[in-house]
Amino acid sequence: MSENITRRGVLKNLAGIVGGILAMPAARTCKAAVQHVFAIAPAPKGYDPNQHKWLMALDVDRCIGCGLCVEACCEENSVPEGHWRTWIERYVITKPKAESGQTRGETMVDSPDGGKEGFPEPPVPKEDILKSFFVPKLCNLCEHSPCTQVCPVGATFEAPDGAVLIDKNYCIGCGFCIQACPYGCRFFNPQTHTADKCTLCYHRITRGLKPACVEICPSQARIFGDLKNPVPDDPLQRFISTNKVEALKQYLGTGPRVLYAGLDEEVR
Amino acid sequence: MDATILTNVVDALPRFDGYVYPNERTLHPLWSVLIVVYPYITGLVAGAFILASLVRVFKVKVLEPIYRLALLTALAFMLGAPLPLLFHLGHPERCFEIMMTPHFSSPMAMFGFVYAWYLMAVLLLELWFDYRRDFVEWSKTETGLRGIIYRAFTLGVTDVSEPALRLDARMGRIISIVGIPSAFLLHGYVGFIFGSIKANPWWGNPLMPIIFIISAVVSGMALCVFAYMFLCWARRITADMRCLDLMISFLFYALVLDAAIEGLDWLHRLYSAEEGIDVLKSVATSKLLYTLLVGQACLGTLVPLLLLGSMQLVRKKVGELNRRRVYFSSTVLILMGVLAMRWNVVIGGQLFSKSLRGFMSYKMEFAGHEGWWLSLALLVLPFILLTVFIKYFLDRDLPTIENVVPGAARPPNSPEAEI
Repeated sequence: MSENITRRGVLKNLAGIVGGILAMPAARTCKAAVQHVFAIAPAPKGYDPNQHKWLMALDVDRCIGCGLCVEACCEENSVPEGHWRTWIERYVITKPKAESGQTRGETMVDSPDGGKEGFPEPPVPKEDILKSFFVPKLCNLCEHSPCTQVCPVGATFEAPDGAVLIDKNYCIGCGFCIQACPYGCRFFNPQTHTADKCTLCYHRITRGLKPACVEICPSQARIFGDLKNPVPDDPLQRFISTNKVEALKQYLGTGPRVLYAGLDEEVR
Repeated sequence: MDATILTNVVDALPRFDGYVYPNERTLHPLWSVLIVVYPYITGLVAGAFILASLVRVFKVKVLEPIYRLALLTALAFMLGAPLPLLFHLGHPERCFEIMMTPHFSSPMAMFGFVYAWYLMAVLLLELWFDYRRDFVEWSKTETGLRGIIYRAFTLGVTDVSEPALRLDARMGRIISIVGIPSAFLLHGYVGFIFGSIKANPWWGNPLMPIIFIISAVVSGMALCVFAYMFLCWARRITADMRCLDLMISFLFYALVLDAAIEGLDWLHRLYSAEEGIDVLKSVATSKLLYTLLVGQACLGTLVPLLLLGSMQLVRKKVGELNRRRVYFSSTVLILMGVLAMRWNVVIGGQLFSKSLRGFMSYKMEFAGHEGWWLSLALLVLPFILLTVFIKYFLDRDLPTIENVVPGAARPPNSPEAEI
C-alpha cells in the first residue's frame, strides 16, 4: 500500500483540490452570465440599476391609519393572507398616574390585521390618552442588511438601486434571513415556500411608477423618490431638508435607510 | 353546541401576549423542533469524537475499550445530522446550492464544507485506517453479505505488512489531531449560526459558539457512556470499571466547565441588563420554566453535578453496581438536559417578538412534517444506524483493558507506539 502513495501523487491531488476551490468564483461568474441571458427580470430592458438610488421616507404625523397602503400592497403583490410586506402600527400612550413622577403611563401597541382594515376604538378612554400616533412599517432597505449577509446561497441581495430583493427561484427556504431581520419585515411565503418581503414594488418603480402604497396614500405620509435623479421640487429632498429625520434600531449597525420624521422613543 | 366548538377552536389557536410584529404571528415558530434536533445531533457527533481522540492523541489507554464504539457513534449520528435540516427547508431539492454556490458571508453556507470535511476527511478516513487490517482479515473468513461488505470496505488494499500497518497507525493519529479542531469547528459553526443573529437578544452573543461546543462535548461523552453501558448490558458482559470511571471523570469536568460558562452567560446578561433583559427574564421564568430552570439547570446540570461530583470523592467506598447505577442515571439526565438546552436556545429565541413588546407561544404539531413524530424518528434513526454498525463492525466482545495493554493479546492493528 505504501508504494501507492507517492509525494508526487499527493501533491498532484492537493493541487487539484486547491485549483478546484480557486476556480469556483470564476465558475460562479460564468453561471451568473448564463443565467443573465435567460433571466426573466421584473425590471424592463434598458433599466440600469446603477443609475438610481430609491428611498422611502415616512411622515409619522401625517399617517391617519386608514390602512389603504396595506390593502394596496397586498393587492398589488398578491401577498398571502396573514402576511405583510408593509403594515401600520398604532401607538397609544396613556397619561401618567398623578404624582407618579413619570412622563408617561402605559404604552399600548397594536396592528390588527396589519392595519389593513383601519383601527378599532382605542383600548382606553380618550381622556386617559396622553398621545396616540400611527407608524407605517416596511423593509428598512438597510445598507448593511443582516438578512442578505446570512443567506447561505446568496438568493437575497442588495440591488445597486437600493432595493433589497429575493430571487424566489433560488431561495432554499431555510428562514435564516427571516430570523436575521430585526424589524420583522420578512416572512415565509406559504405558497412559494421561500422568504418574501417588500420589493419597493420593483416591477413598478423600474417603469417610472411609484410603489402601490405611496400611490394610494391619501395623506402623503409616504414619500418616495430617487436620490440620484431628483425631480424639480423633489418631495423626498424637501422632506429631508425640512424635517429632523431618523431611522429604526440604528444601534444594531444595520444602516437602515428608510427615514422617519416625528418618531417617538417608544417606536421599535 | 356550535358555540362550544367555536370556543374550542379559538382556544386551540395560538395566543400572543402584548404586541408582536404582524409577520411573527405565525402558527408555529419558523425554526421548529427539527432545528432543535439538528444541533443536538451534531453536538453528539463532536463530543463522541473528542472522547475517541483522547485515546489516539492523548494516549489515554484506559479508554481503549470505547475507542471504536465512540467513533462508530460519531459516524452514526453524523449520517443522521443533515436530515432535520433537509426536512426543514422550504425547497429541499435546492439543498445542494449551499455547496455549489455558497454565499461566504453566511455561517450557514459553511455547513456543506464543514460537514463534507468532517465526514469524508476525518471520520471515514480515521475509521478506515483503524479498521483496514480487520477488513482484510474478515474478508478472508466471512462469506455472504458480510464477506461482500468487508471486501468492499478494504477498497482493494490488502497489504497488511508491517510498514503498511505502521502507516495506518500514523495516519490514524494525524487524522485524530486534525479531527479535534474539526470537531470544534463542526459545532462551533452551529453555535455561530445563532450567536451571529444580532436581531435577537437571546441568540446574539459571542459566548454562544463556546457554550455549544462545551455542551456538545458533555453530551457526546454522556452518549458514549450510555452506549457502552447499554452494550455491556445487552451482551451480558461486565463493563470495564476503570474505563467507565475515567470516562465519568472526564464527563464530570466537562460538565463543570459547561455549567460555569452557561452560568457566566446568564450572570453577564443579568448584570449588564441590556435592552431586552426584561423580556428574556420573563420568557425564562414562564414559558421556559420547565425546560430551562427545571430541565436544563436542575435535572440536567445540578443533579448530575452533585451525583458525579460525589462519585469523584467517595468512589472507592461505593460498590460497582451502585456506581454503575449512578453513572447510568446521570448520563441519561445529562442527555436530557442538553436536549433541553437546545430547545431553550432554538425555541426560546422565538417565543418573544423582536419588537420586545410581546410573546408568542408554540403548540407543537403531532404528526405534521415539523412535528413530534418526525423529530422523534430523526432522533431514533442514528441509534438504529449505530446498532447496524455495532452488528457489523463491533461484533466481537468489546475489548477490555486486559487485552489491549502491552503483553496481553492486543489486536495487532493497534499501533504499538501509542500504548
